[in-house]
Amino acid sequence: MASGKSELKSRVLTGLGVALILTWCLLPVVWIISLSFKSQSAVTNGSPGFFPSDGGGAGFQNYVDVIQNDQFGKAIINSIGISLIATILSVALATLAAYAIARLEFRGKKFVLTTALVIAMFPVVSLVGPLFDMWRTIGLYDTWPGLIIPYMSFTLPLAIWTLSAFFREIPWEMEQAAQVDGATSWQAFRKVIVPLAAPGVFTAAILTFFFAWNDFVFGISLTSTERARPIPAALSFFVGDDPFNRPASLLAAGAVVATVPIVILVLFFQRKIVAGLTAGAVKG
Amino acid sequence: MAAIEMKNIVKKYGDGFAAVNDVSIDVADGEFMILVGPSGCGKSTLLRMIVGLEDITEGDMIIGGKRVNDLAPRDRDLSMVFQNYALYPHLTVYENIAFPLRLAKRPEKEIDEKVREASKTLDLDEHLERKPGNLSGGQRQRVAMGRAIVRDAKAFLFDEPLSNLDAKLRGQMRTEIARLQKKLGITTVYVTHDQTEAMTLGDRVAVLKRGILQQLATPRELYEQPVNLFVAGFIGSPPMNFLPATVENGQVQLPFGTFPLAADKAKKAEGKGLLMAGIRPEHFEDVSVIGDGSVDESRTFEATIDVREWLGDQQYAYVPYEAEAAVQDQLKQLARESDGESLRTQLVVSLDAASKGEDGEHTTLFIDTDQMHLFDPSSGENLTVGL
Repeated sequence: MASGKSELKSRVLTGLGVALILTWCLLPVVWIISLSFKSQSAVTNGSPGFFPSDGGGAGFQNYVDVIQNDQFGKAIINSIGISLIATILSVALATLAAYAIARLEFRGKKFVLTTALVIAMFPVVSLVGPLFDMWRTIGLYDTWPGLIIPYMSFTLPLAIWTLSAFFREIPWEMEQAAQVDGATSWQAFRKVIVPLAAPGVFTAAILTFFFAWNDFVFGISLTSTERARPIPAALSFFVGDDPFNRPASLLAAGAVVATVPIVILVLFFQRKIVAGLTAGAVKG
Repeated sequence: MAAIEMKNIVKKYGDGFAAVNDVSIDVADGEFMILVGPSGCGKSTLLRMIVGLEDITEGDMIIGGKRVNDLAPRDRDLSMVFQNYALYPHLTVYENIAFPLRLAKRPEKEIDEKVREASKTLDLDEHLERKPGNLSGGQRQRVAMGRAIVRDAKAFLFDEPLSNLDAKLRGQMRTEIARLQKKLGITTVYVTHDQTEAMTLGDRVAVLKRGILQQLATPRELYEQPVNLFVAGFIGSPPMNFLPATVENGQVQLPFGTFPLAADKAKKAEGKGLLMAGIRPEHFEDVSVIGDGSVDESRTFEATIDVREWLGDQQYAYVPYEAEAAVQDQLKQLARESDGESLRTQLVVSLDAASKGEDGEHTTLFIDTDQMHLFDPSSGENLTVGL
């Protein structure tokens, strides 16, 4: 019975550990959610409990206010649009570049890879000043492309590195078999290589989307109006009626709304990322 | 279906190394051609040049009367089974087999008919909806073959298709491939390093060594009339015995004694100094198991057998002998060329299973010198080919 006892002990300890980590990670999120259901006056007067005090609950009113807020609605559209376009462009370009890097021998391959790495290491803040000046001159300031371009240049290196690692894992014979079966190089790439590299493509896509969605520095410094301002920047401008008394519960609701797309995205793609698609390609 | 002609094919890599050097092979329509040789002999490279995955440096590759040197693989209309199967892991077995047809944009009905037919031929019906990752090695092998046969290609190319299977499955699949090829009657080029596959499957066999074609002949001819020392040593298991020999006055002098030699063979080899005699293990026999009266006394010798390997239907016996250093060096060189290693100079003889005796005992052996070949030790050439 000694083994049964130690098994029970290890299960209890595992459970405890999991609970600890979950609390640590999720407490702030849960608190924001709790805050978003309290009324503004309850927050101002002090409402320390997790659940709203009597009469201090706001129901979904904060959410309704947030979504009906013109400024915020535009920011959501900006954020979704800019992040999606940046992700699609970045992943498409990175897929092609990574394929070339994994499969072809060409001059300057090392140079491309090192440059990509150097760019990825560049501090974002150092580029804000020059970009601000440049964008104002060119006319990209406060536009979608003005944000999409810097997002792409910062996420491409990571996407290329991730994807070329995935492509290298795919046996050459896959493509050769496809070519013998009658596929053009492009068909072999699209019908065999890309599906096999799908976990890599999704990983790269998620990383890119995260970066674009969560960015604050570019968002606040390269925009000036609702034309292109994304959610993180918009939240900071969310002052409400009284500039000296910021609407905390409204902001919390806005933060929750901003987090939801990311959570959905991760849950949706998680299965695809984990699936080991190359299993069974060759003898194993 | 089509004939494949290779004319003076050369493959040189960037560093000037010739992986395939001036090889000419004609594969007739419907013929089963084997390319065999030790590793690094250029057999796979040659196959990949046929299918178009490697560029041809020089020479002409003609398939069905058309020069294909500059055609992409997909325009050559050949199908290939890869050593690692190269199945598409994201597609089901059905879709794997249907892949070439879908690329050719055939109508859905035709695709379905052909896939079902191929799966029936290969006994894959119950696996059609599974993914390759869930199949066993033999099943994956069959899927790869299904993908090849579904598309009435001009020829089949096999690149060591059985080398990843275990011994029993390999035997079964070998028979299966032979049956399938006979049934479909399609031109086939098959690369292997396994000589059992080479001997049993091929209509003709091309033996390659370091990119050079050594001999192109039927399996029987390769075995009985090898043109040089390399082919003689590579084909046959256990391999042919090579012994230092000199021929004088119609007699051949071997390390165990002097034996009479057929006149036509003696004439070709006489006065050439030290030669290499090649004789296969089965051309020896234990005198005690041969019916008496029929044994030619002049062709027997006393031998000390140090190890016997009894296999039930026959047995192998090993007779060590002393050889000069020069001869030993050459034997080692030969063994290395055919991916083997000879540790000592010894004679391997195949005896009747009834032959008995303790290890280390003296036994009288009969040697059939009529079956012996004599090779020039410096060029390796067979002096008695065709005799």
